[in-house]
Amino acid sequence: MGRYALRRLLQAIPVFIGTTFLIWFLVWGLPGDPFAGRCGEKKCPEAYVAYMTEKFNLDEPLFVQYLIYLKNLVTGNFGQTFNGTEIGELLTQAFPISMKLALVAVVAEALIGITAGVLTGLRRGSFIDNLVLVSTLVLIAVPIFVIGLVARYSLGLSSVSPEAPWVELIIPGIILASGSMAYITRLTRVNLVENRRADYVRTAVAKGLTPSRVTGVHLLRNSMIPVVTWLGLDLGALMGGAIVTEGIFNIRGIGGLLFGAINRRESGVVVSIVAILVLVYLVVNLLVDLLYGVLDPRIRYE
Amino acid sequence: MAVGLTAVALAAAGCSGADPVEPEKKDGSFIISWGEPQNPLIPAGTSETQGGVVIDALFTGLTNYAAKDAKTEMANAESITSADNGKTWTVKLKSGWKWHDGTPVVAKNYVDAWNYAAYSPNGLINGSFFGDIAGFDQVHTEDPDGEEGPKTAPKPATDKLSGLKVIDDTTFEVTLSGASNLWPVKVGYAAFMPLPDAFFADPAKFGQAPIGNGPFKLSKWTKNTELVVTRNDDYQGADKAKVKDVIFRVYTDDAAAYEDVKNGTIDFQQQVPSAKLVGNQYKSDFGDRAISKPISVSAFIAMPTWLPGYNDPNVRKAISMAIDRQLVIDKIFNGTRIPMNGWVNPNMSGYKADVCGAPCKFDAAAAKALWDAAPVKPKDLSIAYNGDASHKDWVDAVCNSIQQTLGAECKGKPFPTFGEFRTLVVGEKMTGMSRAGWQADYPSIENWLNPLLKTEASSNDGKFSNPEFDAKLKEADSTSDLAAAEKLYQEAEAMLPNLMPTIPMWHSSQQTVWSEKLTTVVINTFGELDLVSVTVK
Repeated sequence: MGRYALRRLLQAIPVFIGTTFLIWFLVWGLPGDPFAGRCGEKKCPEAYVAYMTEKFNLDEPLFVQYLIYLKNLVTGNFGQTFNGTEIGELLTQAFPISMKLALVAVVAEALIGITAGVLTGLRRGSFIDNLVLVSTLVLIAVPIFVIGLVARYSLGLSSVSPEAPWVELIIPGIILASGSMAYITRLTRVNLVENRRADYVRTAVAKGLTPSRVTGVHLLRNSMIPVVTWLGLDLGALMGGAIVTEGIFNIRGIGGLLFGAINRRESGVVVSIVAILVLVYLVVNLLVDLLYGVLDPRIRYE
Repeated sequence: MAVGLTAVALAAAGCSGADPVEPEKKDGSFIISWGEPQNPLIPAGTSETQGGVVIDALFTGLTNYAAKDAKTEMANAESITSADNGKTWTVKLKSGWKWHDGTPVVAKNYVDAWNYAAYSPNGLINGSFFGDIAGFDQVHTEDPDGEEGPKTAPKPATDKLSGLKVIDDTTFEVTLSGASNLWPVKVGYAAFMPLPDAFFADPAKFGQAPIGNGPFKLSKWTKNTELVVTRNDDYQGADKAKVKDVIFRVYTDDAAAYEDVKNGTIDFQQQVPSAKLVGNQYKSDFGDRAISKPISVSAFIAMPTWLPGYNDPNVRKAISMAIDRQLVIDKIFNGTRIPMNGWVNPNMSGYKADVCGAPCKFDAAAAKALWDAAPVKPKDLSIAYNGDASHKDWVDAVCNSIQQTLGAECKGKPFPTFGEFRTLVVGEKMTGMSRAGWQADYPSIENWLNPLLKTEASSNDGKFSNPEFDAKLKEADSTSDLAAAEKLYQEAEAMLPNLMPTIPMWHSSQQTVWSEKLTTVVINTFGELDLVSVTVK
């Protein structure tokens, strides 16, 4: 298992380089002058444009720019934004906050989603089953910004304070999780319904185990594999995809940072955020794969 | 004697009887909705409002514009005088002023700062503001073949302006390349603020942690989150701050900020989101804690005066008279603009009402008659705008108004980004009209004529050029007496209705809201909250 993990981590290097390179080209390759709109209604002074062009190596070919970025990155230097802020500083500020928000969301969707899934899976066709099915349908169908805005303004919630304490993140986290929550519910339910008819469940029941043990240990454990896959992938998606939720509650995480950076053509910030998100995905994916072995002992790694 | 003593004793007793030494009530803090500045926080390197509002809190220059009427008043300067009708200016500083790091503010700090800003390789955005100081062409070089060309700007011969001379610690002398009456008015602009010696040791570090001489000092800046300034108790200026801390909190979403002012999480939003202007929603939400104030921003339509048809002043007049400004304002802007009848914003010193007269008023019949009489008509009747801001609605409405009146097809022409739009405008690539806006740098009529309409001026989008008008401006520029100069500028403006260089559209007003916590709120003519006079509950 150790060797497997190591190999997977080594594979991450080319993936990392490939994705950042691609993003770099996409962002810097956009047509137009990044400084054209930075001086209000007036034309940017030549001296300013010349200075900035040289400072950010914009006169070099894209590939050279990328290599310079990569070289700095190796020494832990993410570069600077146009207003002189260290990008590293921005990232250490924003990432923990988004991570917190994503964790709240994942915990919320796991807790609520799995519980609802188990309830409906065990009582298929009942009133509660139908109720949950309808409400998950609504959650999936309504866009997240609608849910967020309605929740914020109808409940009169205020924005999250700059330090983003856990308590204040609960409601934004649940809103962020709402869509995935519905998927988790349905995924859990379907798997449960399927596995209830499996031989090993019948055996467990025949052995005379209590229903709660049959469900909790035998049935649920096996039904969790696709759910865990989903949850893992979702952690990354929630961090990067929180632009709307972070905007509605003014959470100073990477969602808003990414959005602003794309608008201001701060490509260094965009590429750095994407690079870290890629890392998060890779690590979480590895963890998920390793978890399979825990959930189903038949799965082994060489 | 005895009575006096008793009174003192009573007062003392009264004081100690209640709560022990309650701190001054105004000694609080409040939170402003804010956005990250575009550039490092260096006065001459900041031209947008988010950075500007912090610069104004941290730095004080030679003069200030009064919050109420934008009249120039002395700040760090004791006096600014000229003995030779405005060519050479002697600046005397007040003594006893200190930087936030404790070093004294001396004449050298101004001279050093201005030299640094004007030196083109330093790339500061406001470098050109020093253009009228003698020796500017020696420190500021331009790219010989334009930005697209392969050549780069040559290194300037020197990095010191020959027109600046330090006399002693509190006096310096400025020689201009030509006489200017406006110079003491201009130096109130943020670009002219001084810099301490600490800046020159490490400019990059300074831009992230500026040391100023103003009413507030920087206490904490969490990037992309919030910036906190604290009252400078050593401040020597008359405009001492009343509150202890001002917190600038970053909001990416205007709607979120608005809700937070409403529920009291934060205390001030300079411009409410346009959705809240509909039906005066912001007024019903905030009552007397909302204000709609005319600000020094105006909108024009620039004319491509080099194109056939558009080069005819009568055609331009016809188009101007074909626009029903008030109707567009009511329908599109919920009445938050003021129709313009001249080329100068009303907040400016030297402003005269109704300079333009009939050519800037809607008159369908007269417009049609002028249009029909024109020998050559423009080929492409269109108004270009940038699609990344909310211009589509009003441009379409204006075009519609023109089309209905003149019976010629008019189209709105969107360009995706402001950058792209400006590149085309500056490069003289427009085939029709384009939208234009202007915000005053300093409150003078001159700022609305010279940079916008003089031949070859930096923001003369329509490449308008008229020798008599230029001559009048030049005469005004070189008149030493400010009042006399203002009159000449007014005469120059009076020539414009016949020439119709650009079409004046409307002045903006700004809708500001604040929370119950703020008690004294003064919005200055630049539309910003006057930080030093604010008091809080």
